[in-house]
Amino acid sequence: MAFKIPFTTKSQKEMVPGMPEAREPAPYRSTPSPGSDDYLANELLIESSKKFDKADEAIVAANLTFGSKVTFRVKIIIVTALVAVFCASFALGKYSMNPLDLLLTLWYNLVGAYDLVDPKMELVIYNIRLPRIFVVMLVGAALAMAGASFQGMFKNPLTSPDLLGASAGASLGACIALLLNMPGELVQLLAFCGGMVAVGMAVWLNRYVDYDPILGLVLAGILVSTLFSSGMSLVKFMADANDKLPTITFWLMGSFATINGEDFWRCLPAMILGFIILLTQSWKLNVLSFGDEEARAMGINTGRTRLLVIFASTLITSVSVAVAGIVGWIGLVIPHLARAIVGPNYKVLLPAAMFVGAVYLLIVDNIARLIAPVEIPIGILTAILGVPFFVIIFKRNMKGWK
Amino acid sequence: MSGNSLLEVEGLKCGYGRKNHVEIVHGISFSVQIDEFVCIIGANGCGKTTTLKALMGLLPASAGEITVFGRNIAHMTEKERAKHYAYIPQAHTPPFPFVVSDVVIMGRTPYINRLARTTEHDRLVAYRALELLGICDIADKPYTKLSGGQQQLVLIARALTQQSDILIMDEPTASLDFGNQQLVLSRMRMLSKMGKAVVMVTHDPDHALFCADRVIVMDEGRVIKDGTSDDCITTEMLHHIYHTNARVVDVEVEPGRVERVCVPLL
Repeated sequence: MAFKIPFTTKSQKEMVPGMPEAREPAPYRSTPSPGSDDYLANELLIESSKKFDKADEAIVAANLTFGSKVTFRVKIIIVTALVAVFCASFALGKYSMNPLDLLLTLWYNLVGAYDLVDPKMELVIYNIRLPRIFVVMLVGAALAMAGASFQGMFKNPLTSPDLLGASAGASLGACIALLLNMPGELVQLLAFCGGMVAVGMAVWLNRYVDYDPILGLVLAGILVSTLFSSGMSLVKFMADANDKLPTITFWLMGSFATINGEDFWRCLPAMILGFIILLTQSWKLNVLSFGDEEARAMGINTGRTRLLVIFASTLITSVSVAVAGIVGWIGLVIPHLARAIVGPNYKVLLPAAMFVGAVYLLIVDNIARLIAPVEIPIGILTAILGVPFFVIIFKRNMKGWK
Repeated sequence: MSGNSLLEVEGLKCGYGRKNHVEIVHGISFSVQIDEFVCIIGANGCGKTTTLKALMGLLPASAGEITVFGRNIAHMTEKERAKHYAYIPQAHTPPFPFVVSDVVIMGRTPYINRLARTTEHDRLVAYRALELLGICDIADKPYTKLSGGQQQLVLIARALTQQSDILIMDEPTASLDFGNQQLVLSRMRMLSKMGKAVVMVTHDPDHALFCADRVIVMDEGRVIKDGTSDDCITTEMLHHIYHTNARVVDVEVEPGRVERVCVPLL
């Protein structure tokens, strides 16, 4: 049997569990009596030194469904939900369009019959609704994935992606930009930089706590968050109460109302980069959730993995805050919902969190758009809906997962 | 270096804090042979766990060197080290209810590629480990729902899946009931007889008597005795390291079978 061993010595040849070289068992203090554990060891030793042949292997392999798998049904349900909510979001809104008109417009555009297209409807679809839907989905997916990753890395199910100060930093950046009357793109840029700088500071501070990297990060995150929130309060205090302060306050509540196509294209590359990095770290996140030492003993460079996960999570969280303001609770609630659906294995959890986050935020955004004559800031809604949602998920999960 | 020495520790010093300014282990040397079951015993704070961490490269040595098959572990990557050592921690509950098979296959971490796709071979190795420990029936159960003894067996299976030369255990039986302690120890003894080197830290000298081929006695960061369990675990030695009254006696548990045990005298 061709098992690969790093390099071979006499006893290393068969380090496969259950596959040692057939050899005499070491002498016992006294002869084992039948039924005792020593007897069992002897039996197993003899049993396991018989070599498995290829046919055995094939049978074992075929019957093994090792590791969590998502059933086909669950996949279908999740994708169907996404498509359904996506289509519904298109049709719903202040500028009402019936599904037939919507499909006709899309069809005319597709076949090139531009003169038949209602220009007003085209404007709404392509410049307002489509970018908004895409950005909402990206932000929902990003926050959910970042939250799930952080929960595993910090071994704590109550962690959200702003633990290390990403939201506080991004908020301060945005506040400063708004105070200085900067245009929208610069507000986004400063918010993004603020988030990255804040988390960078937390990681840098962590070097001074060298006995426990996780605890160090959490402490540094709290410190940095406090520092940046204070800075934000200072900016608010300095802002003109009639003009700037309301702007800042509304921005912080979070909204997708002003999203346009450019916003979408600006945030897409960073989002994709973050998603790819996190998805490639899923195995390591599994191992990391068992603790730093165990992960290192299993061959993971935990320092590097943590930095990579922090970078990717912060990247997508900062972009989310920059483009939409503070949208809380997604990063905390959705990973739990996804875990309740597909289990805790990150290989399936991260993609699931991505889809579920997108669907959930899209639904909440639709509610924000439609429930009142004036659009409700989305951050308020995610928090209000998040609380009961969280209670339900936790109550259910207490009884037993899946 | 002697003929089939697997692990060599030479003048190891290590400790905690910046530049190891709190030195815990003051220059110890020992070696572990292939197929050997070594127990490290000693009082609380004598540096047992610190030694284990240094052995696995989790803690840098401030002096001395540790070699596996003649290669210094300080020059290895985490992956290479993980192919030599597998660590079996005390059973503890992770925050998420991973399924047992997911936990066990994590032992393949040093072998899988960047995309983290497990091959049939990986699954087979993991399955064999479960089979060997007799826990195939719980492969689909959430790890968090198991009893302490079963959790410990799962962690042993995970370590086996790592296909390392050496199994390292720190107090594997500390939180287990009497029956589960025996179960775990007998499985470990079985594995050692099947060709794994085992280094185990234990608080219970009875456990060392039960399963160790060799015992290393540590006291205040030094090795004070290194020999067979019968040589090392004596009434005098127990008094010396634990400052307590206990008698080491031979008991004929059944006709023709004599076991050595420690009896605390209060």
